[in-house]
Amino acid sequence: MNEAEKFNVGLFVTCPVDLIRPSIGFSTVKLLEQANCKVGVPVQSCCGQVAYNNGDPEGTIKLAWQIVEDFSPYDYIVIPSGSCGGMIKMHYPELFASDPRLEQVKTFCTKVYELTTFLTEIAGRNLDTLNCDLSDKTITYHDSCAGLRELNIKQQPRQLLKQLANVNVKEMQNTEECCGFGGTFCVKFPEISNRMVSDKIANAHDAQAELLLGGDLSCLLNIAGKAQRQNSSKKIEVRHVAEVLAGDMHIPAIGESENTQ
Amino acid sequence: MRDFIARTGDALADTNLQTALAKTRSGFVNKRLDAMQHAGNFEALRDKAQTARQQALKDLDIYLLHFEQKVIEAGGHVHWASTPEEMREIVISLCAKENARRVTKGKSMVGEEVYLNEALEEAGIEPLETDLGEYIIQLAKEKPSHIVVPALHKTREQIKALFLGQHALGERELDEVENIVNEARAVIREHFLSADIGITGANLLIAETGTAVVVTNEGNGDLTATLPKTHIITSAIDKIIPTWDDASAIIRVLARSATGQNITAYTSFFTGPKKSKDQDGPDNFHIVLLDNNRSAILGSEYKEMLQCIRCGACMNHCPVYQTVGGHTYNSVYPGPMGAVLTPLLFKDKTHYQLPNASSFCGRCESVCPVKIPLPGLMRKLRNQEQKEGLKNKTGIWLNNLFCWLASKPKLYTSLTHIAISSFGILSMGRAKFSSLPFLGGWTKHRDFPAPQGSSFQAQWRKRQTNDK
Repeated sequence: MNEAEKFNVGLFVTCPVDLIRPSIGFSTVKLLEQANCKVGVPVQSCCGQVAYNNGDPEGTIKLAWQIVEDFSPYDYIVIPSGSCGGMIKMHYPELFASDPRLEQVKTFCTKVYELTTFLTEIAGRNLDTLNCDLSDKTITYHDSCAGLRELNIKQQPRQLLKQLANVNVKEMQNTEECCGFGGTFCVKFPEISNRMVSDKIANAHDAQAELLLGGDLSCLLNIAGKAQRQNSSKKIEVRHVAEVLAGDMHIPAIGESENTQ
Repeated sequence: MRDFIARTGDALADTNLQTALAKTRSGFVNKRLDAMQHAGNFEALRDKAQTARQQALKDLDIYLLHFEQKVIEAGGHVHWASTPEEMREIVISLCAKENARRVTKGKSMVGEEVYLNEALEEAGIEPLETDLGEYIIQLAKEKPSHIVVPALHKTREQIKALFLGQHALGERELDEVENIVNEARAVIREHFLSADIGITGANLLIAETGTAVVVTNEGNGDLTATLPKTHIITSAIDKIIPTWDDASAIIRVLARSATGQNITAYTSFFTGPKKSKDQDGPDNFHIVLLDNNRSAILGSEYKEMLQCIRCGACMNHCPVYQTVGGHTYNSVYPGPMGAVLTPLLFKDKTHYQLPNASSFCGRCESVCPVKIPLPGLMRKLRNQEQKEGLKNKTGIWLNNLFCWLASKPKLYTSLTHIAISSFGILSMGRAKFSSLPFLGGWTKHRDFPAPQGSSFQAQWRKRQTNDK
């Protein structure tokens, strides 16, 4: 394939992936390269969501503009997260509503895609070989809130799981209900958050799931952390959907060490 | 006053509350979904309802005056109350004029908002709630925990015990819901016949004809409104809708969103007192309209909140409300709509906890029949809390520090890489942590998955250099 025909993609990896589970970033790169993308990673920090949700639009707008500028050389900006993706795509225009840079921001936002949406709607045509075969596993999927309700991410990961990992999702009850993470919510209101994440895991167990997947690492850290604390006899592994799609199953699941695999 | 977090602990430990919440939770969600699917294009109905509410609010002053004129033409009276205190005074003076000793009441959230029952009792007038849920909480001396289902927090066992204790009706069997309902009906029926005045709320006020709309499932609204000589409606200025067409747009989404019914059992329209040819109805018809900061909301960045039609869908779908129940909010308006409305109406700085107690999951907005951007409004309130200097100073300092660092990506990536690598060395191969400094809120209930080691950006740059 000619270099010029490739999709010119800037990867916004997100803070949690950058710092806690970089392997998701590399799984994402692998998938994007399979989908005929040339991937660049500009020096980056935070999209500003934490500051925005804590009531600091002034602090947020600086971080937002920095992203718009630093990623402007790319034709597409791809993010392995519905939450940070929703922040940029849906909330940046809100932030700049009365700012002369609004039009520029809006144009930028049209280039921003969450990973599974990008792979199903823009660049998935070449993804026709299995990266792994998980047809013998019971897999369930947690629809993280921002991805689901702001970016309409629902069928995209399920379609890709069939396409690249040969597996159908076994739906759990209330899969569209929040896992209780909610950014600083989970440390500010730990008791409520704890109940929500416990409900989530109970639903996953009821679906007999061996593996719970999702598209947002923050939610998955919450779910995996709770599952491990419960130390139930019913084991459930937690992974980001990109790892499975890329076939990177050799990497220990979230919160698991090498020897427990 | 104990704060929201302390009340949360009580709510989680309250087994009756948790039983009651668990019982209704999936019912609300599934019934709404079912009603929505049978309604054809529910999205179009939502759009229409939203437009009707927006139109009403855009020219609210004009519609209010038109409404008043039409009520007067129909022989009724409109009274304006800018504060809860004024509303209480107006209602009590109307009662005094009729020498009323007993008043029946239909469900009215505005009545709850202004603590009308307490004021009536103080004035020596006996308020008799006629909505089953309101009747139950009146017996229990509690406030509603839900705007549509006031006694949602009570189990059947608790209601049975309450009735056995409060109704002197001797030995009887109250295990079946039917028996409980029949007993309440018998007791309340006596009240209808003995009341001097009937007070109801209104779901909508139609400007076109000066008509108040009341929806109920028990028919108690009609008996309250038509049997006594005087009917007083306690409502608020944001209930105005321009036309009957607009009213029908709202009615189409109201019950579907609230209880999953296509329409409530009774939808009643009240225009003025009894006319000469009418067979029944009151001789006197009064509407008391409350402001209580609503006009200030109308001119603010929160004006969309006034679109609310009080269906309760937001709380029925809210994981926080469903975990802690309505009383934890310490406001007559709980759940997501209450988390926005409470700080705006009552201006008490402790209320800022409510818009903070949300994971911003967005489910409330996605089910709201008039598309109020509830999480967005809560976010604005968090910003207002910061501007008013009411936020925790350490939190602001940490946020500012983080924003400063993140605004220097090169410095940010180097420092975070060093931090995360040291964390990796210190964790000595552990895959998770059961406690961490500063993250007690997390590790109290969860392990923290250990970072894999070095940052993605550091590994990426290293790889790029090696490739060259």
